[in-house]
Amino acid sequence: MELTSPAEFVKEQVLAVQAYAALAGRSVANLFRKPRYWADTIQQADLIGWGSLPVVMLTGASVGAVLALQSSNTLQRFGSLSLIGQLVSTSMVRELGPVLTSLMVAGRNSSGMASELGSMVVTEQIDAMRALGTDPMKKLVTPRVLATVFMLFFLTIISDLVGLLGGAIVAQFMLGLDPHQYWNNAWQTLVFEDVFMGLTKPVLFGFIIATVGCYYGLTAKGGTQGVGRATTQAVVTASVLILTVDFFVTRLLMTLMSYH
Amino acid sequence: MSGPPTLLEPKLQAATNPAQPAISFQDVGIAFEDKVVLDGISFRLNKGETKAIFGVAGSGKSTILKLSIGLIKPDRGHIYTLGDDITQMREEDLFELRRKVGIVFQESALFDSLTVRENVAFRLYEEGNISETEIEERVREVLRFVELEHTLDMFPASLSGGMRRRVAIARAIITQPEVLLYDSPTGGLDPVTSTTIVELIVKQRDVYKTSSLLVTHRLQDAFIMATHYFDRQANQMKPLPKGSLSEVPMSFVVLRDGKVIFDGDAHELAESRDEYIREYIS
Repeated sequence: MELTSPAEFVKEQVLAVQAYAALAGRSVANLFRKPRYWADTIQQADLIGWGSLPVVMLTGASVGAVLALQSSNTLQRFGSLSLIGQLVSTSMVRELGPVLTSLMVAGRNSSGMASELGSMVVTEQIDAMRALGTDPMKKLVTPRVLATVFMLFFLTIISDLVGLLGGAIVAQFMLGLDPHQYWNNAWQTLVFEDVFMGLTKPVLFGFIIATVGCYYGLTAKGGTQGVGRATTQAVVTASVLILTVDFFVTRLLMTLMSYH
Repeated sequence: MSGPPTLLEPKLQAATNPAQPAISFQDVGIAFEDKVVLDGISFRLNKGETKAIFGVAGSGKSTILKLSIGLIKPDRGHIYTLGDDITQMREEDLFELRRKVGIVFQESALFDSLTVRENVAFRLYEEGNISETEIEERVREVLRFVELEHTLDMFPASLSGGMRRRVAIARAIITQPEVLLYDSPTGGLDPVTSTTIVELIVKQRDVYKTSSLLVTHRLQDAFIMATHYFDRQANQMKPLPKGSLSEVPMSFVVLRDGKVIFDGDAHELAESRDEYIREYIS
């Protein structure tokens, strides 16, 4: 394996960040420029949204149920088992719903975008598209970004609801709680700030998933091996970025909304 | 030698302005990761002319084609395509220029998720203001030209290498480009299929008279092009009578170590005393 000098490595990383920033910026700027590829956007929305629905629902239900099960022991110790609806609700809506849905969608779609676009790069299809007078940024990247942001927003809502349902099933059938009490508790505890935070995150995470996937795909080098590498890097980077951005966004929103 | 004009012909001839070269390279140089690929090359493709560029693998032949339409930028020098200095143009402006140029990639580069019909019609769909009926008519016309009308609804994966190359030619010519670029169009094909592709290029050259730049490492392909013409009545390629020249001027460029070592016609190439060229053509 060829060794790279530290200076060269830093230079490469800075250039990569610059290239990513340029791609991300252009993907947004293209929303305001013609031509707009609505048919491609709808096709991507179908692939990302409908395609990810089963895995997102399964994750949401599982996490909601496990959350209720795990916290029941602690809550019971303090005689507060009735608060389980509140705990599942705030945890799902504020944090687990957006983050886990995004991680699942990243695993499925960031990799998909990287491999699809990467294959197009190594088989000269991207060059062919440019040669045919079509901007791949407009035709391929912007529709994917728009579709991911839009669909992740709704997938997160579905995940939150299914998570609450999973918690409700555990609360009623395993912990013997009154379902009316569970749902009432879960609903009453939610405030505007919870919902705002929970629905701001998928917009940012959707943007990260699509731009990272497209970036690694469009910069793939070295044939099929390079496409495989790009796919792995896309999932890892998107997941790490989601978790990192989640912390800072949570902190920022809590500060902005004077919310604890 | 020539037959009745086709639907595409009048528009194409009207676009030709012989005063201006179709493509002109002036002292162009480019290096990839410290390896110099092109070192100050200059040549000119005149309007209506067909030029074949020879060189061994890795000599920068494909790079020349990509440079010609601004898919990559040179480190130095100027490239004029249809009168515009593309080295100074932004990517956004290049899209407009590229619509006037057709390119056939080495491995065809067809969009594998689209059918043959969608691949060939790609440019027409992108223009956005052409009716479905007209698109269908034009797609059928160019597919008939490459004798692949029956593949309309097939996907590239189910076509042979030669068929993919012919679909790529159809995609390149559908908008009647002013310049055509061929990147090793016969590379990796068997001799029979190679001849079919060369015949198609000769047909395109003699019927539409589009300025063409062809890069190849197969000298025999270019010599066939220089010594044959397309007979439209017989619908096949035939050898030129001894001593006569093709209607379309044909010239050759030979690359060596990133430099142009020869630029002239078939006769001058055959007469060249350069040892490398003699070895190359022998």
